[in-house]
Amino acid sequence: MQGLLASTRARTVLALPPLFRRAMSSPTPQALAEASSSRARSPVRVPGPVETTMQSKLIEAFQPSLIRISNDSSKHSHHAPMRAIGGGSGETHFAVALVSSAFSGKTQIARHRMVNSLLKEEFDAGLHALSLRLRTPQEWEKEVDAAVAEGKGQ
Amino acid sequence: MSFARAGFRTLVARTSIILAQRRALSAEARKLIDSAVQENPLVVFMKGTPETPQCGFSRAVCQILDVQGVPREKLKTFNCLEDQELREGIKEYSEWPTIPQVYIKGEFVGGCDIVLSMHQSGELEKLLVKEGLVPELPPLPEGEK
Repeated sequence: MQGLLASTRARTVLALPPLFRRAMSSPTPQALAEASSSRARSPVRVPGPVETTMQSKLIEAFQPSLIRISNDSSKHSHHAPMRAIGGGSGETHFAVALVSSAFSGKTQIARHRMVNSLLKEEFDAGLHALSLRLRTPQEWEKEVDAAVAEGKGQ
Repeated sequence: MSFARAGFRTLVARTSIILAQRRALSAEARKLIDSAVQENPLVVFMKGTPETPQCGFSRAVCQILDVQGVPREKLKTFNCLEDQELREGIKEYSEWPTIPQVYIKGEFVGGCDIVLSMHQSGELEKLLVKEGLVPELPPLPEGEK
């Protein structure tokens, strides 16, 4: 593979330092993990009102070091309960990952209840499902390391 | 409803009537849920049935319990899609806004995310063995992972 690259783009490839050459052939799990955690993912859709208020509430309450909100509503719009209500508003299902030291010393259930009570209005107004990944910074580090060690991205 | 010039006792009575009407959970329904979670060691309030789940999260919970080896007869499920009052009532009973909800020995354990992470960490296995819902597996011989 390297030989092929060298022959088609000979001088340019050989001139690059080894690090870049390795990255060009296939990203290492390390690179994947770093890239996905540090690079801001540009959303395909502009965040709707529910997502925006959720984000500001969560940031204000937990001062997180990492927050990732993903709108999964389209993945569930074909399910029976959603079809029964005409598909929903497009802001019905979210997955939230939150890393904050506010969670230390609390069981998963206590952390979930903290987030649930914060978002009570959203639930009353039509938020249907919330998938939560709530970790302290130490737990998150451990998970990232474990994932990298297993060869997957985070 | 005018509260002006109402005496204290009337105020209290009227407020509690309003609150009781707003509450989705009647005292009767609360008692029914109470007895359901106390009488059965493992109760799942879900959407659909374990054979035909109507929601990805409910299905995930049933799959996890199946993988853990919970025998079908020990799993008591309630289909919240069939009963609107239960669907709203259980959310108030558990003070938890989503379904599915898992109760073990009368105690609320969590929803899909929590059950999944407990399964991955081994905590769920411990809890199920402790409450006699799955038989304990013999320990692996030395040298195996």
